[in-house]
Amino acid sequence: MSRTSELPALQALADGCLVLSHRLSEWMSLAPTMEEDVALGNIALDLLGQARGLLQQLGDEDRLAYFREAQEFRNPLICELPNGDFAHTMLRQLFVDAWLADVWPQLAAGTDDGQVRGVAEKAQKENAYHLRHSTSWVVRLGDGTEESQRRMLAALDALWPYRGEIQSDAWHARVADVLTQATLPVPDRDAWTQRTSADGWHTEHLGYLLAEMQSLARAHPGATW
Amino acid sequence: MTRTGSRAWALLANVPDPEIPVLSVVDLGIVRDVTESSDGTAVTVTITPTYSGCPATEVIARDVRTALETSYDAVDVQTRLSPAWTTDWMSDAGRQKLRDFGIAPPGRVLLPIVGPDRPDACPRCGSRDVEELAGFGSTPCKGLWRCTSCREPFDYFKSH
Repeated sequence: MSRTSELPALQALADGCLVLSHRLSEWMSLAPTMEEDVALGNIALDLLGQARGLLQQLGDEDRLAYFREAQEFRNPLICELPNGDFAHTMLRQLFVDAWLADVWPQLAAGTDDGQVRGVAEKAQKENAYHLRHSTSWVVRLGDGTEESQRRMLAALDALWPYRGEIQSDAWHARVADVLTQATLPVPDRDAWTQRTSADGWHTEHLGYLLAEMQSLARAHPGATW
Repeated sequence: MTRTGSRAWALLANVPDPEIPVLSVVDLGIVRDVTESSDGTAVTVTITPTYSGCPATEVIARDVRTALETSYDAVDVQTRLSPAWTTDWMSDAGRQKLRDFGIAPPGRVLLPIVGPDRPDACPRCGSRDVEELAGFGSTPCKGLWRCTSCREPFDYFKSH
């Protein structure tokens, strides 16, 4: 996925959007400000729409979203990590947005599937707004108070080992630029990283997320409202 | 865009966007094609959705169908994703309606969106001294801004 000659794997992309969308929705009514509640809700909704557009091409979207087990998901591990504090959420968002900033244009330019191209063309523009938002928060918190910087540094330590499935040269350039603006250190790009989602190996967190996300559909299969 | 089916276009001009009812689906630029059968009893409408996760999309498709069924025996509503909808497809009439409604209309899009996108002027007093309050607003299409001249907050229909 780091080479431009390869198209991103649709399943990993669809699952990443779906799982991160659910994570962001957990912030609803809990975000630091009302504007942030609205922003995270908007971003979650965009990601959900993008996931749906891709899942519809991969099969029955409801079956894929609600009736697969954790080991059948292919999302990058970083998408399933718990929200942590707001600094964790925003740094995770920056990492994923910086990945998608390359993935969507590659897909829009490279796919022969009209539906996938349409999703990617649309998502590319939506992602530009997401990336702007996550960038501004990482800079504001990193270059903020002693407390906000302490939290951003902790988030960086926690999340850096999860870059393995989303990194590329372009990703590193993008992220390093934001971290530098945020007066944060740029960690070693060759440091050890997790990289197991392609084989269906996830963190323990995904099972809990799916239990909540899938419970209604599994209790009432085929329900509509 | 074909202009066959002027009866259908007239009906569509009265179908409002459910979230910004001052705009019709035609003003919004999401009706991409209308094809009428030669005997005028059937019509096919092609719509391009605005945003990936916009809840209004399904409501719009239903409203379009309902409006056309008043005048056609058979209505087919198709969805076309590519090329993706852009605010550049919004009509000038639509932009003026937004302004009159108190929402600053979108600027022209030059892809890729890289820099901060900003409204041209305050829709209330016309001042160009405006500042962003929040990048995301009450619907996927809007952000929240404030005029530093008249002090009124206002919605901005973001370029997309």
